Amino acid sequence: MPQIFSPAANTWLKASIVGGALLLATTFGVIFYLGSTSYVTRQHQVRPQPVPFSHRHHVNQLGIDCRYCHASVETSAFAGLPPTKTCMSCHSQVWTDAPMLEPVRDSYATGVSLEWTRVHDLPDYVYFDHSIHINKGIGCESCHGAVNEMALMWQEESLQMMWCLECHRGPEDFIRERADVYKFESQPDYSAPMDQSALGAQLIRGYRVNKDQLEDCSICHR
Amino acid sequence: MKRNPMALIYTGLLCVLCLAAASACRQDMHDQPRAEPFEESDFFGDRRSVRPAVEGTIARGHLRLDEHFYTGRIDGALATTFPAAVTIEMLKRGQERYDIYCAPCHSKTGDGLGMIVQRGMRQPESFHSQRLLDVEVGHYFDVVTNGFGTMYSYEERIDPADRWAIAAYIRALQMSQGANLAELPESDQQRIQQIVEVEE
Ligand code: HEC
Ligand code: HEC
Ligand code: HEC
Ligand code: HEC
Ligand code: HEC
Ligand code: HEC
Repeated sequence: MPQIFSPAANTWLKASIVGGALLLATTFGVIFYLGSTSYVTRQHQVRPQPVPFSHRHHVNQLGIDCRYCHASVETSAFAGLPPTKTCMSCHSQVWTDAPMLEPVRDSYATGVSLEWTRVHDLPDYVYFDHSIHINKGIGCESCHGAVNEMALMWQEESLQMMWCLECHRGPEDFIRERADVYKFESQPDYSAPMDQSALGAQLIRGYRVNKDQLEDCSICHR
Repeated sequence: MKRNPMALIYTGLLCVLCLAAASACRQDMHDQPRAEPFEESDFFGDRRSVRPAVEGTIARGHLRLDEHFYTGRIDGALATTFPAAVTIEMLKRGQERYDIYCAPCHSKTGDGLGMIVQRGMRQPESFHSQRLLDVEVGHYFDVVTNGFGTMYSYEERIDPADRWAIAAYIRALQMSQGANLAELPESDQQRIQQIVEVEE
């Protein structure tokens, strides 16, 4: 009977073990990588909006506070988008015939809401709440980036579970004084603290952040 | 049995395909049938999932019997008093709310030359005019609640307690403009002295 295994078979076998392991590793690597690219997370992409609303203009140049428009951000899970009436409290008098603002005036006259395209959207199986983050000193900037510089809105962070956990494991790296939550590093009236770790440790105690529970699956998946 | 090494590769590729296909199932869980706030609804005619309350509904805890607190009036006339004692916390809260909602037009000092006015908004009267110094505090509450001329109402965004806090803060602003140097705390007196010296 001839040999079933040629002398080369040994080498083949060894090669296929290594090769298989490599293949598996690259497969998972690629899937993992693709999952975190901006193609999947839709980071840094500007969406079409009914009106080209500029945060840079209204926040940096005009100095309007986030809460003037996102009024429920301190008290509820949802930050809320401004109703047309909020725009009209100024635009009934400023830039009254700009064609850019035609949809706003139409919406106010007819009572049909403007349909903003959502930029940030977590899957429905994740529970998120703005008010607790704001009240414990997490700035808008830590999660939304430099909104005050955005001519058009985009999503700065991945909003993936990994990203939430990065902060939930070490909130002291991000926590701020409550008064600074609405400020941005590029604005003149705010500068990042010299020693974030000292301030962080102090505020974690001061605001009674309960770090032990922040990694429990049940706080985000209820 | 001789194993074709290619089989391993094919199995590997098949796994990749299955995984890729499975990832498409995510979407169902991403957008569940319940309505999130502001989400569009294909059930209601106006496509709003947030339903306006039926006329005449009063939510629990929102029955407004206290005329003074909820309308700024007593027996129909503008109130001249606050419904509760003014405290330092109330003034601080008022300052914060004023800076968010009023300062864009009325400016942080209340002179009516805020940023939006500089960009073309009608200029409101300064809070330091004699007429507005003399007016009942109920007027401030009433304007925020119902609007005034070209100024829109802020009823939805500022709750009644905060409207009183803002009214109290406006009173504090008014007092600050006519303040006597000798009445200020020591540290503030020194700071003003320094500024005066620098400017001379
Ligand atoms: C003058 C009103 C106004 C002010 C002030 C304002 N916003 Fe907005 N914001 C809007 C409008 C309108 C939209 C929806 C259009 C868009 O996405 O660009 C929006 C959208 C957003 C979104 C994205 C929402 C989504 O669809 O996911 C974020 C995040 C946001 N704002 C953060 C902020 C922050 C932080 C501030 C304060 C620095 C701020 N906004 C101040 C009006 C305002
Ligand atoms: C507190 C006042 C205020 C509010 C509220 C406000 N705006 Fe404006 N907006 C302004 C002013 C003032 C200008 C013009 C600034 C200038 O002349 O440089 C402006 C300019 C604009 C412009 C054109 C200029 C540009 O490049 O951005 C658009 C579009 C606009 N606003 C949309 C909106 C929308 C949509 C809303 C409601 C979500 C809104 N604004 C709410 C004050 C306001
Ligand atoms: C801890 C991170 C975090 C902080 C801090 C934060 N946001 Fe958000 N924001 C999110 C996430 C996540 C979403 C998407 C929520 C969803 O899809 O349910 C979101 C959504 C929004 C939206 C869209 C409407 C909504 O409520 O879903 C607005 C507007 C907004 N944020 C404004 C703000 C403002 C203004 C601040 C600062 C006062 C702020 N956010 C602070 C994470 C954050
Ligand atoms: C920059 C820091 C930061 C990021 C990013 C962040 N969180 Fe948080 N989160 C906190 C802090 C701080 C608290 C307050 C914990 C406490 O008070 O004990 C908190 C609390 C919460 C709570 C409330 C816990 C409770 O006790 O009810 C939920 C839910 C939550 N986060 C969900 C999320 C989700 C979902 C994301 C990602 C989309 C996220 N967070 C991203 C810092 C962060
Ligand atoms: C701080 C909040 C937070 C905590 C704590 C958390 N998750 Fe998540 N989880 C998320 C977010 C946000 C997503 C959505 C990610 C995305 O959109 O890709 C998610 C997604 C998932 C998914 C679906 C993944 C996918 O790609 O479809 C699973 C499974 C999951 N989480 C399991 C868990 C388990 C198990 C735990 C406890 C060990 C846990 N999570 C704790 C925020 C959290
Ligand atoms: C978008 C700009 C704008 C904002 C923001 C604004 N106002 Fe006004 N306000 C006006 C204008 C313009 C008038 C003058 C209206 C007129 O004469 O037609 C006015 C008038 C008033 C008056 C009446 C003065 C009088 O002559 O009797 C009071 C009181 C007042 N505002 C208080 C407030 C308070 C309190 C806030 C904050 C909650 C506020 N306003 C926010 C623009 C604004």
